[in-house]
Amino acid sequence: MDNIAGQNKGGKLAVNITVIILVLLWLLPTIGLFVSSFRDRDQISNSGWWQAPFAVDLNFRARVAADDARQEGDIFVLEGNVFADPSLSARFPDAEGVVAAYGTRAVAPDEFAPGEVSELRTGGTVVVNRDGTYRVESPEEIARGPTLYFEARTPPRFTLANYETVLRADGMDRAFINTLTVTIPATIIPILIAAFAAYALAWMDFPGRGLLIAAVVGLLVVPLQLALVPLLSLHTNIGIGQSFLGIWLAHTGFGLPLAVYLLRNYMVGLPRDIIESAKVDGATDFQIFVRIILPLSFPALASFAIFQFLWTWNDLLVAKVFLPSGAESQVMTVKIADDLLGSRGGDWGILATAAFVSIAVPLVVFFTMQRYLVRGLLAGSVK
Amino acid sequence: MSPVIQGILTIIIGVGGCVGYFYFSNMLLDKVIFPARGPNTGRNINRANQVRPWLFLFPAMFALGLYLAYPVVGSFWRSMFDRSGANFIGLGNYVALFAEGSFRTAVLNNLLWVLFVPAMATFLGLLVAQLTDRLSWGNIAKSLIFMPMAISFVGASLIWKFVYSANPDIGIINSIRDSMGMTVLDPLQIRFWNNFLLMFILVWIQTGFAMVILSAALRGIPEETIEAAIIDGANPFQVFFKIKVPQIMGTIVVVWTTITILVLKVFDIVYTMTGGNFGTHILPSYMMTYMFRDDGRATAVAFVIMLLVLPVMIWNIRQARNEMR
Repeated sequence: MDNIAGQNKGGKLAVNITVIILVLLWLLPTIGLFVSSFRDRDQISNSGWWQAPFAVDLNFRARVAADDARQEGDIFVLEGNVFADPSLSARFPDAEGVVAAYGTRAVAPDEFAPGEVSELRTGGTVVVNRDGTYRVESPEEIARGPTLYFEARTPPRFTLANYETVLRADGMDRAFINTLTVTIPATIIPILIAAFAAYALAWMDFPGRGLLIAAVVGLLVVPLQLALVPLLSLHTNIGIGQSFLGIWLAHTGFGLPLAVYLLRNYMVGLPRDIIESAKVDGATDFQIFVRIILPLSFPALASFAIFQFLWTWNDLLVAKVFLPSGAESQVMTVKIADDLLGSRGGDWGILATAAFVSIAVPLVVFFTMQRYLVRGLLAGSVK
Repeated sequence: MSPVIQGILTIIIGVGGCVGYFYFSNMLLDKVIFPARGPNTGRNINRANQVRPWLFLFPAMFALGLYLAYPVVGSFWRSMFDRSGANFIGLGNYVALFAEGSFRTAVLNNLLWVLFVPAMATFLGLLVAQLTDRLSWGNIAKSLIFMPMAISFVGASLIWKFVYSANPDIGIINSIRDSMGMTVLDPLQIRFWNNFLLMFILVWIQTGFAMVILSAALRGIPEETIEAAIIDGANPFQVFFKIKVPQIMGTIVVVWTTITILVLKVFDIVYTMTGGNFGTHILPSYMMTYMFRDDGRATAVAFVIMLLVLPVMIWNIRQARNEMR
C-alpha cells in the first residue's frame, strides 16, 4: 500500500487491481440478480447463476404410458423414449437429449448408469440408454407403465418467461403504473413550491429570514417516522384517508426541506448584478424569478428532481402507511416486500425479475442524469 | 377512474394549482391590494414588497410546518396515550418499552448501525475516491460504485438475499463454503453477526455517495501543499493521512452525519431481509411492528428515534449559522 499517491509502476498495478476487485464486489450482486431474472426456476434451484452460461445436469421425470406394450414370446415388452414425454417437450423440443444417469425411484434419480439393466419394483426389468430409449420387460402383462427418473445434461437456457409472469399475471404491471402515479406529481409539486420559497430565502429581505433558514436545516433531519401516526390520523379526520392524494401531500412535505435547502444554496450563488439590474429596469420579484432565476437554476432544479424521483420511486415506508394496502393501489416496493416475498418466498426467478423491473427505471434515470445528480450533491454538501 | 388518468389529472390540477397560486396571488397583491399607481404609489410598492416574501414562502412553510414540525409535537403528545388513544398514561409507553427485551435489542442494534455504517461507508468512500483519482478509467469505476444509490432499499435487499441465501445453488457465500467442504448455513440466522450482514447492504448503497463528495473535496486540495510535503520527503501514506485528510476533515464530518441521519431512518432493509427476526430489529423496523396496532407505542418508538437525531440536528443548525456569517 505504498502506492497511494500512485507514482511507481508497481503501485499503479496494485491500485488498478484493488479498484477492479472493489468494482467487481460492488457489481456482482446486481449482475447475479440480472442473470437470475432470465433463468427458469429449475435451473435457478439447481445451479448458481455464475454457472448459468454453462450446461448443467438436471433431474427429470418421465411417465411411461403402457399403450404400446406388446408381447414377444412369453414376455411383455414396452419400448419408447423418455425425451418424448409430452411434459418435457418444452425442455427437449426434438425429443433429443443425453441421459447421464437414470433411476426408478424419486429419491435416487441417478442410481444407474445408462445402458445398465435394473429391476423394477413391480417385477420385470428396465433399461434406459444414453439416447433416451428405454425397454421394459415383464413376465406379466404391463397394465401401467413405470415412472422413470433420469438426469440429463441441459444446455444453458435463457427465457423471458419470468418477465411475462411478473408483468402479466402477477399484478406488477398495475404496481408499476401505481408507482408512476405516485412519483410524478410527488416530484413536480415540491419543486415548484420549493423554488419560490428558496428564492424568497435567498434574495428577498424580510425579518426572520435567518431563523427560517435555520428551521429548514433543522427539519432536514427530522425522522419521517414521527410524522406517520399523527398525519395518518389527520388525513383520516379531514377525509383524505389512505389515498394517492394523501401520499402526494406526504411526499411533498417530506421532500421540501432538502429541496428548499439545495435550491437556496444554489440561488444564493447566482450573480447579484443580474438581479439588481433587472430590479432597476423595473422588473417585479415575480418576473425576476420566472424569467431569470428559474432558467439559471436549471442544474439545481434538475438535480433535486432526480433526487425526489429516486426517493419517491424507491420509497417503502410512506407508501406502506399512506396508501391503502389493497392490490389496486400497491406500489412496486410494497408489492415485492409484502406480497412476493411472502407468497413467492422460494420462487427466486420471480423475485429476481420483480426486483429488476422495479430498479430498471431508476437505473436508467441514474445513468442518463448522473451529471446533474452529482452536481446537486456537491451543491448541498460541500462549500 | 383508471389510475393513469387520475395521475395525469392530478399532475395538471396540482401543478396548475401551484402555478395559479403564485401567479394570481402576486397579481392580486400588485393590482388590487397595493396598486402601483394613484396617490400612494411609493408606499404601495414598499408594502407589496413587504408582503411578497410571505406569499412566496407560504406553501412551503405550511407544508413544512404540517408535515415535519407539527409531528414532532403531535407524536410526543400521542405517545402519552394508551392503545385506544383515549386514556392519558404519561410516560407509561416509554416505561413499558424499556422493560421489553426486544426493544432493548433494537436500541443496541441501532447503536451498532449508527457506529458501523457511517464509519465503514465513509472509509470505503474515501479509499475509492483516493484510489480512482488518477486512474484512466476512474470515472467508470466511480459510476459503477455509485450505482447502488439508484436502487431502492427493497431492491437492494432482494439483491443481497441472493448473496446470503442458505441454498448453495443460489447464495454465493454458501456456494463457496460448500465447495470448501464446510457445512451450509443460513447467514441471516447467526445471531449478532447477522446484523453486520444487513448493515453491509446499507454500506454498499452509501459508499458511492461518500465517494462522490469526498472525491470532489480531494480535488479541491491545493496542489502546493502536497508538492511541498513530497519535496520534504513524505511518503504517500504520510501525504494522505497528514496532508490530505486534515484538509478535508470538514467534508468527512458532513458525509458522516448525512449517512448517520439516513441510518436512523432506514427500516426497509431489516423489514425485507429478516422482518426483525433472529435479533435484527432496529428502532424504525421495531416501530413498524406497532404501526396500525398500537399508536401510543409506535409514536413512543418514533420519539426515541427523534431523541437520537437531536444532537445531529443541533450540530447541523450551528454549522449552517456559522456558514451564513
